[in-house]
Amino acid sequence: MEETSKKETYVNSYFGGTLLGIVLFLAFFITGNGLGASGGLNRYLVFVQDLFAPEHVDRVAYLLNMAGGDKNPLDSWIVILTTGVFLGGLVAGLLNKRVKFVTNKGPNISVKTRWAMAFLGGGLMGFGARLARGCTSGQALSGGAVLSVGSWAFMFAVFGGGYALAYFVRRLWN
Amino acid sequence: MAPFPLEALFGKFGMYAIYLAIGFGFGFVLEISGFANSKKLAAQFYFKDMTVLKVMFTGIIVAMLLVFSAVALGLLDYNRVWVNLTYLWPGIVGGLIMGFGFIIGGFCPGTSLVAAATAKIDGIFFVLGVTFGIFIFGETVQYFEDFFYSSFMGRFTLPELFGLPTGVTVLGVVLMALFMFWGGEQLEKIFGGEDPAKAPKLRYAGAGVTVLIAVLLVFIGQPTTADKWDTIAAEKQPMLDNREVQVHPAEALEYIYNDRVDVVLLDIRSENDYNLFHIQDAQLTSLDELPELTKTLLQKPANTLFVVMSNDEATATEAWKALTAESLTNVYILEGGINNWLDNFSGAGAETENADAALPHPKPLTNPAPGDDILRYAFPAALGALYPAATPEPHDFEIEYTPKVKLELKQASGGG
Repeated sequence: MEETSKKETYVNSYFGGTLLGIVLFLAFFITGNGLGASGGLNRYLVFVQDLFAPEHVDRVAYLLNMAGGDKNPLDSWIVILTTGVFLGGLVAGLLNKRVKFVTNKGPNISVKTRWAMAFLGGGLMGFGARLARGCTSGQALSGGAVLSVGSWAFMFAVFGGGYALAYFVRRLWN
Repeated sequence: MAPFPLEALFGKFGMYAIYLAIGFGFGFVLEISGFANSKKLAAQFYFKDMTVLKVMFTGIIVAMLLVFSAVALGLLDYNRVWVNLTYLWPGIVGGLIMGFGFIIGGFCPGTSLVAAATAKIDGIFFVLGVTFGIFIFGETVQYFEDFFYSSFMGRFTLPELFGLPTGVTVLGVVLMALFMFWGGEQLEKIFGGEDPAKAPKLRYAGAGVTVLIAVLLVFIGQPTTADKWDTIAAEKQPMLDNREVQVHPAEALEYIYNDRVDVVLLDIRSENDYNLFHIQDAQLTSLDELPELTKTLLQKPANTLFVVMSNDEATATEAWKALTAESLTNVYILEGGINNWLDNFSGAGAETENADAALPHPKPLTNPAPGDDILRYAFPAALGALYPAATPEPHDFEIEYTPKVKLELKQASGGG
């Protein structure tokens, strides 16, 4: 489990972006919906919550919407799409021989610190994504492409937040 | 016209197969672009590697150009494309929190899934963190619900914000993105030691194509309501001609009293006629005001029935065309208009026990003025909805009619 140091073999960013744009367009054209990720994770989570504490799910309005009564929270397009994201990433990784147990981190922190920070950052992301009603994919990318005002405001906020804090956490990455 | 009613066409299984394929494509592209690597993502915030900016904004402008080209060509219905609703402040605060999470954790939710899929252990921890954050949100949202639902602006788009045509806005976004790409490459040169001269020259051609398409969109423009009607006229005009969408007043009344269906009554007459008499809760509007109103109507729940009415049917039929062209579903015309409504509910049967005896009834004119869409009743006073005929009780009338309403439930769309 060491850092990856071999030369990057990723595609050109503009080429990758163009493919991404085509996928996003096809999503809108065929289904009317954009892309997403956090919405799917949300429903997987509610599914588990509903297994252990169905009465609780029935009491909280926010959860009730997804899993109240006989509703199956997994019976939703966003869950399927999120599952597809995972599979697509896996296949691309396998084809490029990049599926390896590694921890990517800056040189000055320990692996354990990196894991803790990943969990903490993930927690903020998950909370923020629900508050903003979508993550980078569901709000910024999808809403941005169809010119939603809220999505553009959101996008600048994400980059603003990242850049504002970057200097103070530079030891994590540099 | 796209988007397609997938469940009706392919069944639930087929629909989910399509979503799976789209998700697969998304995950695949994220991986080959390097988004499974947190170091590469975080480098964005130290100006060393602007991959995130480049991939994301290229994705946005390519998708945007394709979407609005398809709309301009009449292939795609923008009204049925999901545009994230704007809740301004929750979005901004959520975005800032996510920005912090991004630089601390090194991923966003979509990229962390791909990282976890390719066995990056930091990605797996991040996914667990995201799930935990979502859990905390679900458990605490009840304490800040007011904020969560605040600053709601509905489906609000940049062209509306700036008061510019869609094509011009699209061109502006393209130019802004190209400027950011240029700036990003300069930053990479300074902070990351990258040499932009070594990047493929093809990117200039790509930039040129995006600007060209955007300029074309400025000139072509987006379809107007009339254009949209022209594309669907062949399919929808027969519904008018076969009288499939003209509902009998008694059927409309049934639905007004049906608790499971929300009825929106749109009264397309002069203000004067409306003041003389209108059905209880009918909303006065005009053909000119319809386009603006349509945006609100499109946000109504799926179990909403829209009934448009004029004195006869001519103006209501125009309104029906305009609303149908803008993809509103469950729109019907009040058969015979207000005149027919009064014929049904203002006759002898209308004199019910709870009718206010002091109120005079509208009387049919013996010599109505010739012409269409003219009120053929005389009213002693402009009492609006105070006449008993404005609120008839369905059980006071036994009227036979042919049911026309077939409630169509919209495809649920939503953001992720």
